[in-house]
Amino acid sequence: MEKFTLNINDQKITIECAPDTPLLWALRDQLRLTGTKYGCGIAVCGSCTVHLDGTAIRSCSIPISAINDKAITTIEGVGKDRLHPVQKAWIAENVPQCGFCQSGQIMSAIALLEQNGNPSDADIEQAMSGNICRCGTYIRIRSAIKNAAKNNV
Amino acid sequence: MKPNPSNNKLFKVSRRDFVKIGALGSTGLFLGVPLGCKQDKNAFLTGREDAVFAPNVYITILGTGEVQLIAHRSEMGTGIRTSLPLVMADEMEADWTKVKIIQAVGDVKYGDQNTDGSYSVRMFYQPLRVAGATVKLMLMQAAAQEWQVDISECSAVNHEIVHSSGKSLGYGYLAEKAGALPIPEENEITLKDSKDFKFISKETVIYDLEDIVTGKAVYGLDVQIPDLKVAVIKRNPEAGAGIKSFNSDMATAIEGVSKVYKMESTAFPMGYNAPLGGIVVVANNTWTALKALDTVEVVWDKGINASYDSNAFMQQMQRSVQKEGQVKRQQGSATKALKEATKVIESDFLVPHLAHSPMETPCAVARCNADGTCEIWAPVQSPQWVRQAIAEALGIEESEVTINVTLLGSAFGRKSKPDFVVEAALISKEMNTPIKLLWTREDDIQHDFYHSNCAQHIKVGIDKNNKVTSWVHRTAFPSISGTANADAKGPSSDELCMGVLDMPFEIDNISCESLDAKAQIRIGWLRSVHNINHAFAIGSIVDQVAQAREMDPIDNMMDLLGSDRKIDFTALMEGFNNYNVKLEDYPYDTHRLKQVIQLVKEKSGWGKSLPEGKGMGFAAHRSFLTYVACVVEVEVDDNNNIKIPMVHFAIDCGVPVNPDRIRAQFEGGAAFGASLALKSEINVKNGAVIEDNFNNYLVARITDAPINTAVHFVENEEKPTGVGEPPVPPFIPALCNAIFMATGKRITRLPIKL
Repeated sequence: MEKFTLNINDQKITIECAPDTPLLWALRDQLRLTGTKYGCGIAVCGSCTVHLDGTAIRSCSIPISAINDKAITTIEGVGKDRLHPVQKAWIAENVPQCGFCQSGQIMSAIALLEQNGNPSDADIEQAMSGNICRCGTYIRIRSAIKNAAKNNV
Repeated sequence: MKPNPSNNKLFKVSRRDFVKIGALGSTGLFLGVPLGCKQDKNAFLTGREDAVFAPNVYITILGTGEVQLIAHRSEMGTGIRTSLPLVMADEMEADWTKVKIIQAVGDVKYGDQNTDGSYSVRMFYQPLRVAGATVKLMLMQAAAQEWQVDISECSAVNHEIVHSSGKSLGYGYLAEKAGALPIPEENEITLKDSKDFKFISKETVIYDLEDIVTGKAVYGLDVQIPDLKVAVIKRNPEAGAGIKSFNSDMATAIEGVSKVYKMESTAFPMGYNAPLGGIVVVANNTWTALKALDTVEVVWDKGINASYDSNAFMQQMQRSVQKEGQVKRQQGSATKALKEATKVIESDFLVPHLAHSPMETPCAVARCNADGTCEIWAPVQSPQWVRQAIAEALGIEESEVTINVTLLGSAFGRKSKPDFVVEAALISKEMNTPIKLLWTREDDIQHDFYHSNCAQHIKVGIDKNNKVTSWVHRTAFPSISGTANADAKGPSSDELCMGVLDMPFEIDNISCESLDAKAQIRIGWLRSVHNINHAFAIGSIVDQVAQAREMDPIDNMMDLLGSDRKIDFTALMEGFNNYNVKLEDYPYDTHRLKQVIQLVKEKSGWGKSLPEGKGMGFAAHRSFLTYVACVVEVEVDDNNNIKIPMVHFAIDCGVPVNPDRIRAQFEGGAAFGASLALKSEINVKNGAVIEDNFNNYLVARITDAPINTAVHFVENEEKPTGVGEPPVPPFIPALCNAIFMATGKRITRLPIKL
């Protein structure tokens, strides 16, 4: 067990855990930030996507010891004060069905739009192909991203 | 069709029926007992905020005006948690912003809660309309009494009863008085005219939408209760086989590990409730549990399915369907007609085992209490079944078990089975502490209740006049019941009614046959079940028949369907099952199937000329009482990469209760079908599943799924039918037929490999 001070959603929080603990389980078990989901544990489904210094990463596959002072943003962080424009676009398109993967989808979409304000279909496919949705909400994910882009996220 | 422990009958909503059903201790819809404080119908109305008007188990109106509506079916992504409450809200003229939806615990008092078989709306649309209308009438009666006017001068408008003079009283204010009134008889209830619907057939967004996009929505694994420990299990790769020995020395030495122990296995066929058994690790958090589990060394025993090889089994099934099987439906003489045919079109069709792989793996929180009771929080499709299973496993009464249903991170049939919840309860009892059980993705993919793999052979005879004169369809697949019953040798007739025996073509000589195939791994129902296999085969052979007859595929289909008629399958065979309802109530109407076909033809631009590498394919199928026609457009590039730019569905599901969610089910159903058609395959070798995660059990991603899907409704006022499963079956053959048009390659085996 070691102590780690993390910068999560603009807050500094110290937790004690094994250094190899994946960020996902630290978020969920210790910090009770359960908006970030477990889907595969091997970084192939995207359910656990969070931002590390603004870049979308799979939290199931990065140990706490590798994070240092990088800024972590989770789904709870993006809509903390008011809904993020991407969350609004998700609502406008009624994207979710079961909703389980949508935190990860939204985190990937925000990261995409922050790097590319006007993504093409190919850009969207490339950025979002790491996020599985078993309900198959892909059509609406695509249009929500386009709408969010149009509204200048 | 699917094992359903709860009473499946439709019940009418009336006090009389409640008394009748209640006396049997069965599934009463109405409690008929106003809850809350003592109420006197003659008392002066004070509008007390602590008043509670709860005339039935689904609807409660508080003195504050809040309307609490029970969602008694499980929300796994279909929108049912919104769509059934909105039916009640519409009939009772409630203000949707004042509605609070409460998820029901598992209890027979709510009627059937087995969220499965696409029947939530079908079964509950009418009863819940009556429930809502009853409440509205009682509120009107209360207001009429209060004003001492005739009830005909009163009407319900957006959460208020309004008098013709213009005065009004709010629902909350009326709750106290309405609660003292007797519940009206059903013949006093008037349902709304469809033109007056406020929510039904309109667009209502799902109740949990904002919670989902902000990460606040609570799924099974998100439940937090005090003193929770986390459990994970290492299971024998062969389902049902036991453990010879294990060594947990390393695991128990890890800080934070509470216990490592052996949970007994139940030999195959173990049914749907029994845990698979294995080595259980309990720890103070998930990561510690997972790491510890990894260090446990186990010597597995072998069970009766140790030699199961799904590839060899498929070859065996494929050989079997070359010969006549057990004839389950026969008209005329197909053998004779085939001899006289000038052309015979025949093909085999193969579908592998498939896994459900819901986005959220099976998981459950269980707390066995010191007083012997047990409380569960879990993503389950059938909370009453889970309640029974837990009671049985713990040796306690059902009344001592509480099942709280969380949101389900999709399910597709997997979360109907109680096994994983029973595991959690047994571990909690063993450990004497609350337990959160996690199934890893590897657990999920390697220990599922798999879709039946299936081999089929279809033979169609065409005579010298280009008329189709004979139809022979043979299918072999392991029965779902083989998971529970060692004597189940092959398909049951209920299972064959999903796409084989309910074949609608007007052909003189028909032989529908099944061949035995024994389950050697846990088999379960997956979204649309055996319709997946059978619609694939029929939709594909029909396209071949069209080609042989040199006919347009849609014209060919219309010709095969023949006259407009309601097919009396019960006269054609023994034991026909129409999705557990009577054919006279929900007939198989060829006219309705032809209508959706005509509609999809018009809307899809069928027949337009396409450049090389592009194709359009068609298929139509009725399943779960809903009629669906589908046209898929594909593009296949030089590297055989498949893109699906457009899908058109035309559907007849009766009154569309929440059209946006219906569209969503079809969009998602096409993507689900794309997974099954293009990607997914479970292989078993030596009794063990080879695939173990999304890196080798492949599913459709945004790059594979259709880019656009349009859904066209046939407008009518027929009784509503389900939409969760019906999108999947016709999509797959429509895609295969489109690929044929684009490439000339005929697909007879899933997943598609060009």
